[in-house]
Amino acid sequence: MSTVQPIPTDTYKLGFIGAGKMAESIAKGVVKSGVLPASRIQTAHKGARRAAFESIGVSVAEHNNQVVENCDVVIFSVKPQVVKDAILQLKPLLSEKKLLVSVAAGIKLKDLQEWAGHDRFIRVMPNTPSAVGEGASVMSLGAGATQEDGDIIAKLFGAVGKVWKAEEKLFDAVTGLSGSGPAYIFLVIEALADGAVAAGLPRELALGLASQTVLGAASMATQTGKHPGQLKDDVTSPGGTTIAGVHELEKSGFRGILMNAVVAAAKRSRELSQN
Amino acid sequence: MSTVQPIPTDTYKLGFIGAGKMAESIAKGVVKSGVLPASRIQTAHKGARRAAFESIGVSVAEHNNQVVENCDVVIFSLKPQVVKDAIMQLKPLLSEKKLLVSVAAGIKLKDLQEWAGHDRFIRVMPNTPSAVGEGASVMSLGAGATQEDGEIIAKLFGAVGKVWKAEEKLFDAVTGLSGSGPAYIFLVIEALADGAVAAGLPRELALGLASQTVLGAASMATQTGKHPGQLKDDVTSPGGTTIAGVHELEKSGFRGILMNAVVAATKRSRELSQN
Repeated sequence: MSTVQPIPTDTYKLGFIGAGKMAESIAKGVVKSGVLPASRIQTAHKGARRAAFESIGVSVAEHNNQVVENCDVVIFSVKPQVVKDAILQLKPLLSEKKLLVSVAAGIKLKDLQEWAGHDRFIRVMPNTPSAVGEGASVMSLGAGATQEDGDIIAKLFGAVGKVWKAEEKLFDAVTGLSGSGPAYIFLVIEALADGAVAAGLPRELALGLASQTVLGAASMATQTGKHPGQLKDDVTSPGGTTIAGVHELEKSGFRGILMNAVVAAAKRSRELSQN
Repeated sequence: MSTVQPIPTDTYKLGFIGAGKMAESIAKGVVKSGVLPASRIQTAHKGARRAAFESIGVSVAEHNNQVVENCDVVIFSLKPQVVKDAIMQLKPLLSEKKLLVSVAAGIKLKDLQEWAGHDRFIRVMPNTPSAVGEGASVMSLGAGATQEDGEIIAKLFGAVGKVWKAEEKLFDAVTGLSGSGPAYIFLVIEALADGAVAAGLPRELALGLASQTVLGAASMATQTGKHPGQLKDDVTSPGGTTIAGVHELEKSGFRGILMNAVVAATKRSRELSQN
């Protein structure tokens, strides 16, 4: 383990196995933010997906083999059901000189490392808003990944949102929150808009205001660093409209219902990763 | 009404009556985004609030009179309880050459115009996240405000978030949604974090992930323009973790509870503006 060759930070090439939405988001984010030039990124595809990558200057090979041969950092961004086969097929080329990354939900480091034949693997749980540059990604380092390896991967995923490190055993709970959480918020936005329509607003205004209100509130949470309870206190004036709205939520156990959702999704994640 | 003198868009001066948080947010947003240079903005204060404005180059007079005399566009950014007195004290100086704006919650154009003695008034309902540049503001033009006047004000509030136009009769519902809405989202963030802690995450990670997840989801809504129901469909894979979480929300009437909050806050707004 002491002879792990560092990835050359200024010249390394990044390859994607799987040319789907996640690979596209990361490639675009990384190029747009200047973390890597497009010339140092590669993927493989034979069909329609080529255009999305070529349009930003990322080279697209025909076969995954070529990507692995050319690249120092290889991200497996294929669907969970096909990750095992993809890794096993490429195993002869996956030397420990290469830093391997998986974003496949529910696929554990233990298995990834077994299929690859070494443990220089980093597992990342990103989420859908990475597509608009506001992802929430959590990473866990395999035994053979160095701290510098972690820094490289943190920088890549930092180009499409925020990044945290956590032990792998927490990944089911992470899935229940940041993995599945966006859907809960889509329900929130629709319900806020419906409430406003019930109160008399036209639909288009209601929907636009609802989305922007949620965005603004979340921005206050992320930018001010204040506790959400303190933020709520700051805006609930005595006998006002806001505390009247909050009262409706509290009397109906709104918060408990949201807790249930996160717990249920975490439980389902655990069940799925045991199959 | 046909002799309304246009506000000179390239040289007009902007004044704030009331040097509080909202005035500070707009002044900072406007200067930062380049909509107006600080040299064309003025407010008045005798105490500690001077520093917040002087630090960005905005001049601070001692008396509101001076602000009104010097400025072409005057924003009344005082608390609702003191707006009437402030306008009536300044009435002799409030000619129809000046475009007047109020951000006071619940104070109607009819009254604002009566106190000022003319109807070149625009009423704006901004919201708290204007402080971090992600506000949701809705404006309504008084009878004497021209379309160009509206565009000037839209540009100012556009420097701290998004802006919509609506008839004044909709302002109670706007209050119930974008005015009070941020508080509902602070509850959402705290509940998501609590759920994640119940599922095993440490608090700090749970809170950071919760805030970023809400921010990311809202960003998808505002940036993709897709219907929230479609966005939810896009991320709920068969038998997966996300639909398990969504099921918990739906079975408990989560959306109806949020509608209740918006309707209740709207009702309270109507009550307050009738006092």
